[in-house]
Amino acid sequence: MTDNVLEISNIEVVYNHTVQVLRGLSLTVPRSRIVALLGSNGAGKSTTLKATSNLLSLENGALSAGRISFNGEDTARQTPHGLVRNGLCHVMEGRRVFEDLTVEENLTAASYAVTGRSDGGGNGGYDLVYEYFPRLHERRRAQAGYLSGGEQQMLAIGRALLGRPKLMLLDEPSLGLSPVLVEDIFTIIARINREQQVAMLLVEQNANVALALADYGYIMESGRVVIDGTPERLMADDDVREFYLGTGGGGEARSYRDVKHYKRRKRWLS
Amino acid sequence: MDWLFFFEITLAGLGTGGLYALTAIAFVLIYKATRVINLAIGEMLMVGAYLFFGAAVGWALPWWLAIILALLGGGALGMVLERGVIRPLLGENPISVFMVTIGLGSILIGMVELIWTANPRSLPNFFPTDPIFIGEAFLAPKTFWSFVVAAVVIAVFLLLFRFWRGGVALRATASDQGAAYSMGINVPAVYSLAWGLAGVIAAGAGILLGSIGGISSDMGLFGLTVLVVVIVGGLDSVLGALLAGLLIGWMESMAGVYLGGEYEHLVTFILLMVVLLFRPWGLFGTREIERL
Repeated sequence: MTDNVLEISNIEVVYNHTVQVLRGLSLTVPRSRIVALLGSNGAGKSTTLKATSNLLSLENGALSAGRISFNGEDTARQTPHGLVRNGLCHVMEGRRVFEDLTVEENLTAASYAVTGRSDGGGNGGYDLVYEYFPRLHERRRAQAGYLSGGEQQMLAIGRALLGRPKLMLLDEPSLGLSPVLVEDIFTIIARINREQQVAMLLVEQNANVALALADYGYIMESGRVVIDGTPERLMADDDVREFYLGTGGGGEARSYRDVKHYKRRKRWLS
Repeated sequence: MDWLFFFEITLAGLGTGGLYALTAIAFVLIYKATRVINLAIGEMLMVGAYLFFGAAVGWALPWWLAIILALLGGGALGMVLERGVIRPLLGENPISVFMVTIGLGSILIGMVELIWTANPRSLPNFFPTDPIFIGEAFLAPKTFWSFVVAAVVIAVFLLLFRFWRGGVALRATASDQGAAYSMGINVPAVYSLAWGLAGVIAAGAGILLGSIGGISSDMGLFGLTVLVVVIVGGLDSVLGALLAGLLIGWMESMAGVYLGGEYEHLVTFILLMVVLLFRPWGLFGTREIERL
């Protein structure tokens, strides 16, 4: 079991001591692999990532059961910044660049991730980021708030890359980007995975793109995993095709008045 | 109108304004990093002045050593307040934290009065006493030198804020706490750093202020005007704090001379009301500031 960089077993997460969001979720991410986590809005995908990077307390959430281990160590006992310094980088939803800092200052802030590590400090990290994202080098003196959406997403991924992570948590990198940019970003993500041996847990609404990249996929509904498997298996599943890829059911338009469809959908939501 | 006199009043006003700006920066630093409205900033300033008094007069140390000790003491006080009182309250209702800082102010006053009694004291003079002339205008040497010191400290601070790696971490944390965590920035340490630096700055302002007008346990009232300065400038704006500090220092000194001493604060608070009516987020502040 040691070649899993991340193991999440049976976690439950509660917000404000009242709202239960995750109900016994388990998943694993093997070393240097990409795992996709799919699901509709409110299924608990982002919560899963925040639980992993220990950022739940910022939103008054708490892990009430279960165990998350990163690199064989329990994450509950580590601080959020400590986890980052051990190689777990979380690229949060909505990019979250420091808007009034320049691109280069954003990277300087990110360089705290390599604090206390012998490898990958110094300016080598900056060159690596600029190599993957030449566009960021052109705009390194610009304020991050004035970058385009695609450039901000590059910066968000670049900041994580600077930390030389073993595992990257990517929360909807395609959010609000044009199809062409989505393709660019995902090409670079695949390159980073291949060349830097970074494992990735990829949360996406855009199931087609995510499954094209991933080695394994999980699909969540209402706080638990309902189906998992290789991308080939998921893509072949009728329900997945219909509800996430929008291509199933023979192609004819579906109506909510269609009772059979509704019942099958309901099974997913229960 | 006597323009030379007007010019002299302006210089004196800017001298006070420099101290307002300096203290306001300490306030803004705390607000930006931890989103705490720290009403005890005036009392932190007072404690700094008394620490200097205790070291320079009580222990009869040379003035430069006393200043260093007072600055370190002020920084330590800021860190202790942050760690012991503010951090357990983070995430609570902002108004609770705000009220706690009012209480902190009273506690600091009480502690100072226990140690040094409530009697006003004067600080030993460490500024050169040669009269200062700018053109033909005369300026009290203490006012001049305290302005110079305040300006230098502000400049150093701004450079640190801009170019030092820790300054980048501070600004990153101020801009987005969650994202700062995910960069591997030790956010609680940044809080300590912000409060510590603010404590040092406040203690420095207290020493300057005390060396001009003497010290007393109620000199923390100075913080009330500083509160006006930061609201006028915009709670989270360093530039706003600087300009509003100078502006209010100048206005007070004008009002004090041309209208009479009792109008000094009247003018300040009228300005506050006007700004709150027309630009509630301040001259340079971010528009969407949290509501109290």
